[in-house]
Amino acid sequence: MSPVDRSRLPQPGADRPFHFPRIVTRTLPNGLEVRAVTHRAVPLVSMVLLVPGGSSVDPADRHGLASITAGLLDEGSRGQSALEVADRVARIGGDLDLDVGADAVVVALTTLDRFLETGLALVHEIVTEPNLADDDFNRIRNLRIERLRQMKDHAAAMAERAFARVLYGSHAYGHLAMGTEAAMTAMTVDDTRALHAALFVPAGSTLVIAGDRSEEALLDAASGTFANWRPAASAMAVDRGAALAPPPPAPLVRLGVVPRPGAPQSELRIGHVCAPRSTPDYHALLTLNTMLGGQFVSRLNMNLREDKGYTYGVRTGFDLRKGMGPFVVQTSVGTDVTVPAIIEVLKELRDIAATRPTTPDELALARATVSKGYPRGFETAVQVARSVAQLALHGLPDSYFEDFIPRLSQVTEDEVSRVAQQYLSLDRLTAIIVGDVDKIAQSLPELGLGPHQALNTEF
Amino acid sequence: MQLPYTKRTLGNGLDVIVHEDHQLPMVAVNVWYHVGSKNERLGRTGFAHLFEHLMFEGSAHHDHGFFPPLQRAGGLLNGSTSADRTNYWEVVPTGALELALWMESDRMGFLLPALTEEKFNNQRDVVINERRQNYENRPYGLAGMALSAAMFPPEHPYHWLTIGSADDLRATSLDEVHAFFQTYYHPSNASLALAGDIETGPAFELAERFFGDLPPGPVPAPVRAEVTPQPGGNLVLEDRVELPRVYLSWHSPAMFAAGDAELDVMADVVAHGKTSRLYRSLVYERRVAADVSAHQSSREIAGVFQVACTAAAGVALPELHTAIRDTIAEIIRQGPTAAELERALAQTEAQFIYRLQTIGGFGGKGDQLNAYNVFRGDPGYFEADRERYRAVTAGGVAAAARRYLQEAPAVTLSVVPCGRRELAMPGADEVRVS
Repeated sequence: MSPVDRSRLPQPGADRPFHFPRIVTRTLPNGLEVRAVTHRAVPLVSMVLLVPGGSSVDPADRHGLASITAGLLDEGSRGQSALEVADRVARIGGDLDLDVGADAVVVALTTLDRFLETGLALVHEIVTEPNLADDDFNRIRNLRIERLRQMKDHAAAMAERAFARVLYGSHAYGHLAMGTEAAMTAMTVDDTRALHAALFVPAGSTLVIAGDRSEEALLDAASGTFANWRPAASAMAVDRGAALAPPPPAPLVRLGVVPRPGAPQSELRIGHVCAPRSTPDYHALLTLNTMLGGQFVSRLNMNLREDKGYTYGVRTGFDLRKGMGPFVVQTSVGTDVTVPAIIEVLKELRDIAATRPTTPDELALARATVSKGYPRGFETAVQVARSVAQLALHGLPDSYFEDFIPRLSQVTEDEVSRVAQQYLSLDRLTAIIVGDVDKIAQSLPELGLGPHQALNTEF
Repeated sequence: MQLPYTKRTLGNGLDVIVHEDHQLPMVAVNVWYHVGSKNERLGRTGFAHLFEHLMFEGSAHHDHGFFPPLQRAGGLLNGSTSADRTNYWEVVPTGALELALWMESDRMGFLLPALTEEKFNNQRDVVINERRQNYENRPYGLAGMALSAAMFPPEHPYHWLTIGSADDLRATSLDEVHAFFQTYYHPSNASLALAGDIETGPAFELAERFFGDLPPGPVPAPVRAEVTPQPGGNLVLEDRVELPRVYLSWHSPAMFAAGDAELDVMADVVAHGKTSRLYRSLVYERRVAADVSAHQSSREIAGVFQVACTAAAGVALPELHTAIRDTIAEIIRQGPTAAELERALAQTEAQFIYRLQTIGGFGGKGDQLNAYNVFRGDPGYFEADRERYRAVTAGGVAAAARRYLQEAPAVTLSVVPCGRRELAMPGADEVRVS
């Protein structure tokens, strides 16, 4: 056996080819689209129902409605109580997740393969026939109001909320899915019934099943259960296009502060409204993000964490959605270095778009990171099912996963520089600080973002 | 379902475990060192975790940081420290396996020459910020420290949390890093698992080639600490929180010890999911609590059984405390029902299968094989571990609960909003944590 040559790192060998899963689609007469993927690793099955229109369909005076309506799905259905539904999920060892994002409601259930039919029936039942009973509504609403109050003690949650509000104002992306205490207090069970009938309809929704059976068998099982899903009449008109309206051209506030006396750290969100998921520059933005703040060795993390020791970590993201999603830098830094940390963030954003553009080596690193690690995202059935649901949400072709790596490898340095200049806008950027404002107020003018504005935590 | 493997021990004492799974063209590399915060001493707490950070800062033959070459190869990597062990892992495309092994073996054998005062100071600042972010600046974030300190006497290694004290971290010197590395970071105190797209034979050859030449070290003596039963306690901590919360904490069996699985099932019956006793009565029916949870947290030399319950607005903690006590007493008298037991075991059984889905990362197959190897000396303990739960009976749950949760005192901790001491359990003593 040859001894190890420690004078240089081994060169990685060629990648074994990986092919992305085949997707087979069947559209049911009621309009529901069912997509199936065979995933044979472990005898499990994941089913993911995507209903387009998440918190962005909340009426202006009912922020949080989509979230509480989805939250009520497993609080009783077809006359059974919440406890009975929970018991049925537990008995099949099920992992049930109800998630409300900005653009969609996602109901996901993972269970053992032998419970495929039981699981489908359960998802069908809670989605189509939830009780939406008065008493359950009041119980869940109170729990949510309490959670909203608790969120005020959570620096990261306050930062998220302030950031969305300041960037988007009254736009559909201007509030978190959880909504507000005031809106929750004003809400009635009838609101949830109306939204349920209007939002949870088969046409436009997508059910993805990934599991240890042939695609045909998965499709047959789903069709058998979901074919009789009929839309109900609703008094409410849901505006699924609300998110597509243009957001405010400039943020309401450039430098917003949520006071948190005595906090040892400042929680930061820095960014601006950026682009929709449909942008043709998606792959270039992903590459840019990887080198800027999307991984450990990104410019921002190497600077703020590994060089300065200001933080446990910093990351950036282009949170691209159906409508114009935000670009955001998020981190939490020691109170005493709040201003220096923000100055470094602004410098890095300026540099990558101008004075210190991406290098060939950085590009190679970013591209390799994303493309060589790509198969990892398809290891479990639920990963596969959720990925396919994203294709449906954004109208991407079935060949998307197979085309991803070739497309990514075409991204050039020039393209990354161009998107950095085009999509990073320092002149309309907002910085939100949740922290001990009295300790840092004096040095805030150094940021050049104008006078800071204290943000009310009640909004 | 099984978790098949092959194990060999190299001449220097390094355990090597291989598991084949060719679903994806990826391999998981997972290294455990049998050292954690329980190997620390008072005055130097937080050291094992700080040391873990230094393992990512470069080694003698690659002094440029651990992340870049592996991320360039498409790898995902991380590490973590607990009271009992420290783990490091990479998930890499099959073609980058040698790179990952080169890097892991270089830091196992040659870390210290690359370690400088500058790196050390930088990572100490990073860890102090980690502590602020995850403990000091998080609602209820200091409760765990207060409880550990009250449950275990100062000379017991579970008296402190892995993150340690900020003062201790500041007092630590680079010299101590050297001694720590020489004591704990060598092949004889480590276990290497390779899981994924690799053949068993070549996997062992690679392990031998990259790690076989590293010098062995003395196997550290196991940490032993008899728990002096604490007389219970009633404490209050003020925090930036909206709603008061009460914690009840008892000593319980160590990991895999008799009664551990029973108390795991007990925790499920008491407070896991809507059908659990306390969720049903306190959150669902009476609506006096915002949330409730229970855990049997078993570690290598001791366990802790804990119930936590957050009051709904306007509800007093003693009401919740009484309900928790009554519910536990009721289960001890009558045992869990057949339906409760069946439900808990169905969920546990499914969890074992879910655990077979990923080759790497925290909790992946590589990590599990190393956990069983380090804590049981048997990577094949997966099936026996499942058996522990299949053997649980209603009577067994009641008996374990009686012994650990009724016949022994609890430590009670109230976490209340700043300046609202009167909301705590009556007679509580103020506790300071920083």
